[in-house]
Amino acid sequence: MKNTDFKALSNHLSGVSRRDFMKYCSIMAVGMGLPVGMGAQIAEAVTKAAKRPPVIWLSAQECTGCSESLLRATHPSLEHLILDLISLDYHETLSTPSGHQAEEARAASIKENKGKFILVVDGSIPLKDNGIYCMIAGKTAVDILKETAKDCAAIISIGSCAAWGGVPSADPNPTEATPVYKIIKDKPVVNIPGCPPNPYNFLSTVLYFVTFGKLPELDNLGRPKFAYSRLIHENCERRPHFDAGRFATAFGDDNHRKGYCLYKLGCKGPETFNNCSTLQFGDTGAGTWPVGIGHPCFGCSEGGVGFHIPLFTKASLHMVTPPDTYPHIAEGQGKGVGASLGGVAVAAAAAGAAYAAVNSVVKKLDNEEKGKK
Amino acid sequence: MDIKRRDFLKVAAAGGLMAASSAGPAIAREAKPRIAGGLGLLYDSTVCIGCKACVSACKQYNEMPPSFSSSDEIWDDALDNDSKTYNIIKLYKDGTREVKDREKDGYAYIKRQCMHCVDPACVSACPVSALKKDEKNGIVAYNKDACIGCRYCQVACPFNIPKFEWEKAFPQIRKCQLCNHRYEKGGYAACAEFCPTGACIFGPTDALLAEAKKRLTYKPGNYEKYPVGRVDGNQTTERLVTPYITHIYGEKEGGGTQVLYLAGVPFQKLGMPDLEEAPSAAKSETIQHTLYKGMIAPIVFLGGLVYLVHKNTKDE
Repeated sequence: MKNTDFKALSNHLSGVSRRDFMKYCSIMAVGMGLPVGMGAQIAEAVTKAAKRPPVIWLSAQECTGCSESLLRATHPSLEHLILDLISLDYHETLSTPSGHQAEEARAASIKENKGKFILVVDGSIPLKDNGIYCMIAGKTAVDILKETAKDCAAIISIGSCAAWGGVPSADPNPTEATPVYKIIKDKPVVNIPGCPPNPYNFLSTVLYFVTFGKLPELDNLGRPKFAYSRLIHENCERRPHFDAGRFATAFGDDNHRKGYCLYKLGCKGPETFNNCSTLQFGDTGAGTWPVGIGHPCFGCSEGGVGFHIPLFTKASLHMVTPPDTYPHIAEGQGKGVGASLGGVAVAAAAAGAAYAAVNSVVKKLDNEEKGKK
Repeated sequence: MDIKRRDFLKVAAAGGLMAASSAGPAIAREAKPRIAGGLGLLYDSTVCIGCKACVSACKQYNEMPPSFSSSDEIWDDALDNDSKTYNIIKLYKDGTREVKDREKDGYAYIKRQCMHCVDPACVSACPVSALKKDEKNGIVAYNKDACIGCRYCQVACPFNIPKFEWEKAFPQIRKCQLCNHRYEKGGYAACAEFCPTGACIFGPTDALLAEAKKRLTYKPGNYEKYPVGRVDGNQTTERLVTPYITHIYGEKEGGGTQVLYLAGVPFQKLGMPDLEEAPSAAKSETIQHTLYKGMIAPIVFLGGLVYLVHKNTKDE
């Protein structure tokens, strides 16, 4: 796309019309399963707030993929988020200042917003050898986390690394990579796992907090229920193929080209709780998410699945459902009839035994009679 | 040896005769009547779309594991009722399978679960009363603490419903109990509660029977209201009536059942046994009670045997 109208381009990137803003708030509300009307309330909360909610973003053992995916969100765009919606006071990749200046900004923000700011963490925290495997400005990641978390209102662990360990925790976990919730126990921790997570799951959580002053409902692993309450398998566009027993068996085979189910290629959709199959990924159009483009889900957001179970190992099923086929009225073969045949066999055996007993008595008597004669 | 085969049979016959003559019709066990307020299901095969929501709901609310029949072990694909499957949908198909609920070149679904007989053979056969018919709602329920694992119920049931956990060290008999654990909290049979079309509805059997009779008067091609969920609930759906076989299965079969069936295909084609109106439980109990009445016949028979043995024992 050639765009020479730089003024318009700049408007497109940073300026947000009221219409766009309202649209974005409504989309967020719907994404969280709230009524559409709630969009107005979100907008009000965001605009009326005397001060944008302060956010401090810490990074530990991570790849910046979470920030990268957030950079690619379009509603809102990242610049709209950090310039208009929240006050991002510290972020190692996005901060303009660096070095001591950046550290000072963090210290100042903590002091100023004591007990009010949201702490976002991406990356797992190494604990082995006193945490020396991740250090910033001479301090270990675990120390930085502890001193920052002390004064925050709530923590959002973005990405699988911060939420449950992620890549760094893969066997043999050389740095003893540990998720945030196992270190900070006295603050509410929201886990947004994914590698990277869908930016809208993160943005929705932030906006929910800004609007209602509390965290969204969480499951037993600290994940927001609006995003992580369902298996990918449950809403997968290829699910009918699974139920009907139509599977791709090799990459590029006929069945793969026909868009059949990827379960036999190791798709972890049946054991991964996430909303990829409904929200999709990256704002690039319909069908753009791993399974949509023909690659099995590898369970990036599910602790103990992503980076832990080999890519092409078949998933274990959480909920086993009936297939798209029916047993016949009377099944001639197979396991199912075993029990019914068993019943018949018991009856037959009983009848046979009785018959044999009577028969032998009668025969014996007959023989004896003959013997006498 | 003096005893002849002829003598032996004579003694045996005498015992039998005596028993029969002392019995008379007075001892015959009458078929039990329907319990007022007995609960049941009405399954209408013509309304069923084969979605198996009932199968899934049954599994979920009875907390049963999946039952695998294929080597993949990825679907809950039982081929028949088993110890993990109280409820199953089966398919009848013929020829080209063009039209639903047609016997020739058609197809039809059938739901199989415990019929909750008015006079259950399993209850009659159970020597320890582990299977009992509830006095109020007529549900045939199982008490695992009383069961001795003899599996007479399996042999007795004409519908092949009670299932034994062969694979377990401490096995139980498993069968549908019409979700009687869900009534307290306002629930009812999950298969009816989660049926989207009203093919399976729950309620008192007399109301279900009235509903079934009403459906048989419907004219195919008309739109009629069908209850969904409960027969006595307020949820209904409007539906194009398709032809029925003019028979309510379970109204009289085997002494009647609390679960009733309607279908567009003859019930024998759907795998339902063709039972006499007299319940087998009454018949077998009549025979048993006749033979053992006052223990006269057994004593006479035993006496005969003792006499035979005595006569044939020689002092050496």
